Amino acid sequence: MSEIILESRSINKSFHDPVTVKILNDINFKVNKGEFVSVVGKSGCGKSTLLYILSTMDTDYEGELLIDNIKMTGKTEAELAHVRNEKIGFVFQFHYLLNEFSALKNVMLPGLKLGKHSEQEVEHRAMELMKKLSIDKLALKDANQLSGGEKQRVAIARALINDPDIIMGDEPTGNLDKKNSEIVFDILKQLTIEFKQTMLIVTHDPEFAGKTQRVIEMEDGRIIRQ
Amino acid sequence: MNLRLIVSIAKSLLLARLKQTIVAAVGVTFSITMFVTLLGFMTGLNTMLDSLILNRTPHVRLFNDIKPLEVQPIDASGKFKGAYNFISSIKSGAGRKEIYNSGAIIQRINEDDRVLGLAPRINAPVFFNDGAIEITASINGIDVVEEMRLFHFNEYVTTGNPIDLKNVSNSIVLGKALAEKLLANIGDVVQLTTSQGERFPLKVVGYFESGLLDFDKTQAYASIGTVQKLLGKDKSYVTDLQVKLNDILLAPAVAKEYAILFQTDTEDIQTANSQFETGSRVRSIISYTVGITLLVVAGFGIYNILNMMIFEKMETIAILKATGFSGNDVKRIFMTIAMTIGVVGGLAGLLFGFLLSSLIDQIPFNTAALPTITTYPINYNIVYYIIGVTFALITTYFAGFFPARKAGKVDPVIIIRGK
Repeated sequence: MSEIILESRSINKSFHDPVTVKILNDINFKVNKGEFVSVVGKSGCGKSTLLYILSTMDTDYEGELLIDNIKMTGKTEAELAHVRNEKIGFVFQFHYLLNEFSALKNVMLPGLKLGKHSEQEVEHRAMELMKKLSIDKLALKDANQLSGGEKQRVAIARALINDPDIIMGDEPTGNLDKKNSEIVFDILKQLTIEFKQTMLIVTHDPEFAGKTQRVIEMEDGRIIRQ
Repeated sequence: MNLRLIVSIAKSLLLARLKQTIVAAVGVTFSITMFVTLLGFMTGLNTMLDSLILNRTPHVRLFNDIKPLEVQPIDASGKFKGAYNFISSIKSGAGRKEIYNSGAIIQRINEDDRVLGLAPRINAPVFFNDGAIEITASINGIDVVEEMRLFHFNEYVTTGNPIDLKNVSNSIVLGKALAEKLLANIGDVVQLTTSQGERFPLKVVGYFESGLLDFDKTQAYASIGTVQKLLGKDKSYVTDLQVKLNDILLAPAVAKEYAILFQTDTEDIQTANSQFETGSRVRSIISYTVGITLLVVAGFGIYNILNMMIFEKMETIAILKATGFSGNDVKRIFMTIAMTIGVVGGLAGLLFGFLLSSLIDQIPFNTAALPTITTYPINYNIVYYIIGVTFALITTYFAGFFPARKAGKVDPVIIIRGK
């Protein structure tokens, strides 16, 4: 029996505007440590909505969410921010780096926020991570000078800076060409193999999903296969 | 650690939008500059205009007014007790204008700790004889040394040396306008006639300009001894005692006390010149209103720019939140931005305000009415600078508070999904 890192207990969510529409219907699943899970489904099936609930950013739902066996439901906004900082790494579809900062500073920011290590250590760790993702040459470039693939790799490095329990991705390759998609996928794969990094990736790319260890398929707000 | 991080993020955001930041800060700078300059200039003018009168006005004046007796003989009579009299055309008493027992009063007042100094004065109406024409004027017998020390007499004597009044016997200082009427030059002798019909020659040793033309047309100064001689009175004859206090605010109380103590009429400066205080107050209120309006306008400028910045930085805010910055952290980042604009703009405003004030202070301001003033008056009171910067900080705090709160409440999910 492996360790459970993320657990969703009968999560329901509805939008009420203009009419009540049920988006998520009784979502129950668990993610074990070290698993590489992908969530697939058609556009509008609620997979992104689910991801935002799991990432603690969306708190407007019914049911319970546990991360690292700690109940997240009902925590304050500041506590959840701390959880996101410490335990969750994010990779988004649109890279979302802060353009005001260099690539290195982008990677460092969550580490500085956590404040567990000194600035020098955080910088050192960030450089190590960037080296591992072979983007160390870009460290001092501004975020808006990078290409899409490079940005996404910087975003992955940023997601890793605090040794998170889980990395969540929302279509991380959705906006990349085939070559870059492969590079990003290989990096994510490598992270699960080498560092036993847990991954939960939402995608609509069946090819991407097919290469992951476990696929959760959704349709109309329900899990139809996991 | 956290604070340093927040400051460094705020700094990066500010520098990324340097132009906007500068525009916002310039708004604050401008308003503080104007606030400080306006108040400095206004109060400088106020002080100057007030001192025009107040410097020369005694804090407490002791004199004998010509007025009917408060208790008329008929009231004192037992025969008409309980009755009401309808006697009209009651005349003022034929009392003397001089202050009784002036020597003792002067000594007593000089011993009072609250008193800075005292100058006796004689006021008498005279006619100047200019050929066949008689010009009505009033001659003031003064103690020159005390008058210079307490009431800045020397500042108004624009030609000639005021101390000559004391050193040259039978000398007179004429109001400039009066001297022009009499065609009297320095060293000339003017003829004057007292109300008793005595005719006297006096030598002109100077002119004075008070700033009030009508005053200058009718006033002349001579030493107290000269005027006593003119009127044929003895050395103790004085009509006015002018008292200057250490603390001007005590004047009404002291005036009341002296009225009872010395059985004379007294008048305090506040009563005599209440219109000046009102004028100053109104002018100050206007300056403060304009200054604070400027600051509020600058506050709206900051509010707008921060709102715009937050609108532009929605993604940044969403990412910060997604990677573990709480709403409070985001709020603090934007408050830091607002306060930086406020502090930098405010301090620059103080500097520019000081420079602009100094510039105005250099502009020549020559007017016949104000012989002692050569440039525009400026008040460099530190209080205006403190008020200015405090208001700048308060306005920027509130201008920053609402946008920052909005930024803190941004829902990252909406931003990230909305793309």
